[in-house]
Amino acid sequence: MKKLSKGARTDLLTYAGVIIAFIIVSVLKANGGLNRSQTGLLVPICCYIVMAVSLNLTVGILGDLSLGHAGFMSVGAFSGIITAMSLANVIPSAPVRLMLAMIVGAFFAAVIGFLIGIPVLRLTGDYLAIVTLAFGEIIKELITCLLVGVDSEGLHIIFNVSGSKTANDLNLLEGGKVIIKGAQGATGTKTIASFTAGFILIMITLVIVQNLIRSRQGRAIMAVRDNRIAAESVGINVTKYKMMAFVTSAALAGAAGALFGLNYSNLAATKFDFNTSILVLVFVVLGGLGNIWGSIIATVVLYILPEALRGFASYRMLIYAIVLIVVMLTTNNPVLKTWREELRSKFGKNKNKEAKDA
Amino acid sequence: MKKTLVLILALAMVFALAAPAAFADDAFKLGSSGPLTGGAAIYGISVMNGIQIAVDEINAMDDGFKFEFESQDDEADSGDKAINAYNALMDWGMQVMAGTVTSGSGITVAAQAFDERTFMLTPSGSSVDLIADKDNAFQVCFTDPNQGVASADYFADHFADAKVAVIYRNDDAYSQGIRDTFVKEAEAKGVAVVYEGTFTDATSTDFNVQLTAAQGAGADLIFLPIYYTPASVILQQANAMGYAPKFFGVDGMDGILTVEGFDTKLAEGVFLLTPFSADADDARTQAFVAEYQKRFNETPNQFAADGYDAAYILKAALQAAGCTPDMSAADICEALIEVMPTISVDGVTGEGMTWSASGEVSKAPMAVVIKDGVYVTPEF
Repeated sequence: MKKLSKGARTDLLTYAGVIIAFIIVSVLKANGGLNRSQTGLLVPICCYIVMAVSLNLTVGILGDLSLGHAGFMSVGAFSGIITAMSLANVIPSAPVRLMLAMIVGAFFAAVIGFLIGIPVLRLTGDYLAIVTLAFGEIIKELITCLLVGVDSEGLHIIFNVSGSKTANDLNLLEGGKVIIKGAQGATGTKTIASFTAGFILIMITLVIVQNLIRSRQGRAIMAVRDNRIAAESVGINVTKYKMMAFVTSAALAGAAGALFGLNYSNLAATKFDFNTSILVLVFVVLGGLGNIWGSIIATVVLYILPEALRGFASYRMLIYAIVLIVVMLTTNNPVLKTWREELRSKFGKNKNKEAKDA
Repeated sequence: MKKTLVLILALAMVFALAAPAAFADDAFKLGSSGPLTGGAAIYGISVMNGIQIAVDEINAMDDGFKFEFESQDDEADSGDKAINAYNALMDWGMQVMAGTVTSGSGITVAAQAFDERTFMLTPSGSSVDLIADKDNAFQVCFTDPNQGVASADYFADHFADAKVAVIYRNDDAYSQGIRDTFVKEAEAKGVAVVYEGTFTDATSTDFNVQLTAAQGAGADLIFLPIYYTPASVILQQANAMGYAPKFFGVDGMDGILTVEGFDTKLAEGVFLLTPFSADADDARTQAFVAEYQKRFNETPNQFAADGYDAAYILKAALQAAGCTPDMSAADICEALIEVMPTISVDGVTGEGMTWSASGEVSKAPMAVVIKDGVYVTPEF
């Protein structure tokens, strides 16, 4: 291990951590060691981990604050649901359909990410944040206008801008099925998402994101983040590398969305609103900007927290908010920071241990 | 840094898990989920209050039948949080569900409950999708189409010459559902719909555009298949622009007189279809309203009444099916599915409620008009 750079070691430990966690949870699940609530949390946690890691690519590595990440999740979720539902008769195997749905979800999210990226990535700082927020809301509103159904003749799609059309206007043949009912979202989806698929998606995401970061392209992306003018002056194509990170991030969010969408029989576009974007951003910020394993741990802890707090009944969300504030304050408190530094220098080996914790 | 964080969170979790779980062998475990925090919390809390009163009354009775009640927060979310709340209830040992409160969560939960064979009776989830193709899901409230049809029929009978405008919320299954069947029935009955305006949750604070358009189209009756909070804004803004058509709401309009900071004079003359009126003079309603006011210091709305009835309906069904508290949720579910279409229950939201096998309730909707701040039967 000594020969590996610090970065490569962290990467390997991240993979190892995820694999070990997956094995432990799978064994527990198989032996009935998890109750229903805990089992039910597995797939959404996987989805949000992928969301957080991919958003970390935009916010932490590329350095652009995106407030519309849930929009890409939404595109992925609904295109994934349409794929899986319309192919239900053609491909009976659920895992294959799930995989196809995630690929299609990633593809459409990437396309939307590219289109949005063209105007958005010309901006920086606050302006970029505001425009991504707006795009997230636009995607939500557009999907709210969508009516989709499938019958033996294929897909029927109506774009219901006036708001006066209903699923009956799709004119489905006998045996047809409405997949998306406008504002009510997708109802009656067959749930085919699985924890194993979630684990595989996390691993793929980690391979893509971590290799991108350590590659020549990744260094170029971080150079753009650290100093755009200096990066341009040494011949880095800023637009190209920004777009690369942004589209990769969008595609991964789309795949996560497809997995999420196929885990619930009912899903409305309003689920992927500004609040969801902020939720994922909170995971990323509390896990540490640019810190991939930090995003994973923060997602797991912060997603489980509101569920674990159910015992507090109505004070649940209040306590959740207080915990968030306390974490924010303690991680940035100068006194505690010095204290931690002292601890670290006192026990010289602590540094190694920190890495292992990953 | 990470360690401090992990420590704090671990402590918080230990705390939560250590919360005491009451244990009783002779009681049915009744669970319900609904929004207890967030924007829709008023509905969830009302339902839970209603169920709690009914459960306490049932447990105080001397017939050996007991409920143990637990509620969970689903934040009116239609995705992961609805399932999380349901799973938490199942871990607690829920045998029958008096939920969910909202339609969106209900559709998600009903699909899972159907696969796992858990019986659910939703007090206020009125969407047809909630009960469609699921033999385990029943409703206390009217389905949306039912209300749309009843409203259109009422218009045809009493306001045959009216020019009707509809303002509805198109990102809400409830509102959209009522509007769809209303427009269809109105067409069949020859009621003239001259304008349709939509809004969403995000745009529910300004209705000047819709009201101006309705006025421009010559509408003299506005149908509002929406909840009372946006409806109160519509009444205020219509008044401010000097537009005074008749307003007609459905059960979501119930509660309009309780909106804080709303001049209830504006609601004078508003018609609504409602299964429950807190001013009704039967003994059952009066006892419920008195108890509710005593405990929670406010007048119960129809959500509380639906919750209250749900507990009594479940008791009647469980007794009719001869279920015992030691039966599994799946066994109880099958037994209840058998008896639900055969029982008839009197409650505060209707006399002689019966159910079809598909889960729809049958009871008479009642049209009332607001006069001097109370609901009265309209005279023509």
